[in-house]
Amino acid sequence: MNIQNMILTLQKHWSGHGCILMQAYDVEKGAGTMSPYTFLRAIGPEPWNVAYVEPSRRPADGRYGENPNRLYQHHQFQVIMKPSPDNIQDLYLDSLKALGINPLEHDIRFVEDNWENPSLGCAGLGWEVWLDGMEITQFTYFQQVGGLECKPVSVEITYGIERLASYIQDKEDVFDLEWTDGFTVRDIFLQPEFEHSKYTFETSDPEMLFNLFNIYEKEAHRQMDEGLVHPAYDYVLKCSHTFNLLDARGAISVTERTGYIARCRNLARKVAKTFYEEREKLGFPILKAKEEGTHE
Amino acid sequence: MNKKDLLLEIGLEEMPARFVTNSMNQLSDKVCSWLTEMKISFEEIIAYSSPRRLAVLVKGVSTAQEDINEEAKGPAKKIALTEDGQWSKAAIGFSRGQGASVEDIFFKEINGVEYAHVNKFIKGQETAVLLPELQQIITSLTFPKNMKWADQDLRFVRPIKWLMALFGNEVIPFAITNVQTSNWTRGHRFLGEEIELNHPADYEKSLLAQYVITNPQVRKDAIRSQLEKIEEENGWVIPVDEDLLEEVNNLVEYPTALYGQFEEEFLDLPEEVLITSMKEHQRYFPVKSNDGKLLPYFVTVRNGGHENLEKVAKGNEKVLRARLADAAFFYKEDQKTDINVSLAKLKSIVYHEEIGTLAEKVDRVRELVNKLSDELSFSEEDKAVADRAAEISKFDLVTHMVYEFPELQGFMGEKYALQKGEKEAVALAVNEHYMPRNAEDKTPSGITGAVLAIAEKMDTIVSSFAIGIIPSGSQDPYALRRQATGIIQTLLAKNWNIKLENLIALALDAVQNAKIGKKTKEELLQELISFFKLRIKYLLQEKAVRYDLIDAVLGGEIGSVPSLVKRAEVLESNKNAEGFKESIEALSRVINISSKAEEKGEVDSSLFENEFEKALFNKYLSVNEELGKEVSEEAAFTLLISMKPEIDQYFEHTMVMADNQAIRTNRLNQMALLAELIMQFANMNEIIVK
Repeated sequence: MNIQNMILTLQKHWSGHGCILMQAYDVEKGAGTMSPYTFLRAIGPEPWNVAYVEPSRRPADGRYGENPNRLYQHHQFQVIMKPSPDNIQDLYLDSLKALGINPLEHDIRFVEDNWENPSLGCAGLGWEVWLDGMEITQFTYFQQVGGLECKPVSVEITYGIERLASYIQDKEDVFDLEWTDGFTVRDIFLQPEFEHSKYTFETSDPEMLFNLFNIYEKEAHRQMDEGLVHPAYDYVLKCSHTFNLLDARGAISVTERTGYIARCRNLARKVAKTFYEEREKLGFPILKAKEEGTHE
Repeated sequence: MNKKDLLLEIGLEEMPARFVTNSMNQLSDKVCSWLTEMKISFEEIIAYSSPRRLAVLVKGVSTAQEDINEEAKGPAKKIALTEDGQWSKAAIGFSRGQGASVEDIFFKEINGVEYAHVNKFIKGQETAVLLPELQQIITSLTFPKNMKWADQDLRFVRPIKWLMALFGNEVIPFAITNVQTSNWTRGHRFLGEEIELNHPADYEKSLLAQYVITNPQVRKDAIRSQLEKIEEENGWVIPVDEDLLEEVNNLVEYPTALYGQFEEEFLDLPEEVLITSMKEHQRYFPVKSNDGKLLPYFVTVRNGGHENLEKVAKGNEKVLRARLADAAFFYKEDQKTDINVSLAKLKSIVYHEEIGTLAEKVDRVRELVNKLSDELSFSEEDKAVADRAAEISKFDLVTHMVYEFPELQGFMGEKYALQKGEKEAVALAVNEHYMPRNAEDKTPSGITGAVLAIAEKMDTIVSSFAIGIIPSGSQDPYALRRQATGIIQTLLAKNWNIKLENLIALALDAVQNAKIGKKTKEELLQELISFFKLRIKYLLQEKAVRYDLIDAVLGGEIGSVPSLVKRAEVLESNKNAEGFKESIEALSRVINISSKAEEKGEVDSSLFENEFEKALFNKYLSVNEELGKEVSEEAAFTLLISMKPEIDQYFEHTMVMADNQAIRTNRLNQMALLAELIMQFANMNEIIVK
């Protein structure tokens, strides 16, 4: 099964279980969780079921397109369901079957993995799902988002698309993966992988990046003061990506990281709190719509 | 008495492996103590667990509580009876309250007073009626980490999926969250089915048929014998790491061990890299040859049966190959990089915004190492080794391998340093300077590693304090407490008699010269000394030294840590000795009265008025001279308490606070001199003598 068909299969599966199919969010981010469709919508009492593909940038993982397993940018298939359905593990395993993975022929395990994204004040408990020893999915019950306790709790399922594809297509090299007929990952992504790696490790300007971080941070605070959650959050994402670039460049030490992460976290907390308040002012419209729907 | 078996099973989404065994024991302990407390007898209790279940089977549970026969005590006789010998209202009320009548009352003497009593009989309740209380036992289980799910309020280890609760063939009715008890359980996630159970005793057998080995010991033994079989068939040695086995056992309900291989070329990687990749990341057992060499194979334990083992092995091989290929890439890249190039990179790595770069930290540490090497009178060769080790101590932090496997910091430093032609002792020190890495770890084996470890940790602590990062309560993000303990342990292990205050001050000077933080030297020094005193206090508590003896040795300056610890141990071992109390009292008396001395002054023997003053002074001079030689702490203590007779005689015949001011001052001066000597050992005043 090529990647395009995998994505179509997962979209069909999860839309069949009530998920809104969204498109990727257009600001750089390190993980699907950071999309406002997850980060913001996991906050508050409103139900929320979505699935989307998220291109995720991990500057430190850039390998000039030379490493068969690592990418500057990979793809995540992200599912968020709030409140977490009781049969969520079964729904997930059914999605693997839809991808042609028969659990009886493999070793599938749920191995503890407590996920934490300190720069966003997020924490959750759950597992990495192992397929014959390979981590193919991150499965998390959010406990805290932006420093706020989750009630109800969302479940987040994140499939590593390339990982899973390398298994399904039995390929050793990520660049050999077939995206669709006649197109491999190499055809589409090799050049950007090389260029972004070179940029990240060699030609980026740490001084400019430190400046950008400060500018973005300031702007995020300024927009928050205006009560504009979404523009403010875009700048939080930019801070986070800029931090990742600096980190990959080796411009930030282990100890200093803590300080930068705290700055991102403070922003994220503020955004989360403001978002909650704004939804509350609106009377949590999605919750209201759902309750009215069921009462009729 | 009728008996039935009781079965309770909590079905869960996969629990963290590390919690399973403890949680199982906790459940069985709680059920056991509940039954005991409720006076419900039982014969045997068996605990079961797997990643998806915690269960307890109690055999031979009585169907009712024990009946209770007891005497209920009422009012005193003189209140129970009116003046004319009739039952009073109080007596009538008492007997009625106990469900009896006044005819049942008898009198019994308690402490010389007669009281009304009735025999009370409480019929035990039916066990079945009480069993729904098991609900609270389940919700009272505690886990190191709890979670919430969906819109439930309960915090539990993982979401509850089913509850099976049977007493005999009856379901015990209760619910937790939206899950109601039943007599249904679930088998292996993929191989088994949902089944109905009618007899608790069938639990183990019925679930085995559904591919779940519920008894963790049986499951573990199965894994062990499967490993042994693989060893035998292939002529391998599979060293079983018990922690890993325990973890793996709690990751599977139906284990099947299998092996896979990896390309021999990966064996060129350092063994630790291979083992870390296999164990930490994949939970594989590494495989060795009979002569202890790592072989290009690994063993994994699958949660399932023997079907499609080749496919599973192939999948696992692919994963490991990718991990090792990554590691090999890093290793190769790192080897290309010269140490000096790595060191240059440290200049652009900010260690902490307010503290400066890693390179600056290394410079401070190196300076401190050199000062300590001098103070410890290292040989020229050792000095050179310590200096070079300090200089390159952090170069591996910018290697790919350490970026990828942070737990290999220091270790990779040693490897790479050797490859790049550094002396063995230098490479070893680079590795050992992180020791002790955790509470269980050893201190550095070599002296150069030890001196570097002390200097590096001290610089971290002092620079953090300087910018206000001070551990408080549960807040210690930089593990400064562990590092301080590491310094103390290392000083002890090497028996180095450096004055801790000097060590702190040296590190402090470097930090202040670098203009880190805004606090004054005095302020920081006091904070740091109290911080270290607290760590030493904990260390002495762990050695079971009595708390007042700890306060006594910590009552003055810290000085040499090994000596301080020995002094505490001397006090601890002498605390019950004959004469200890009296000796301490004598020494304390000196310390007490010396506090009245206004300023330090010379003792003028011409002002002595009696022979006892002179005797004590002569004794002081000789003890002081002895203590000036290198004597053991035990000997020092003996010397100090040998002054007791002279001190006692002195106080018996001498009034320190004499009216004549010159005499009074002279006497106080003598007391102060003596107290100073005693305080060098311990503040005896802190010792509680009864």
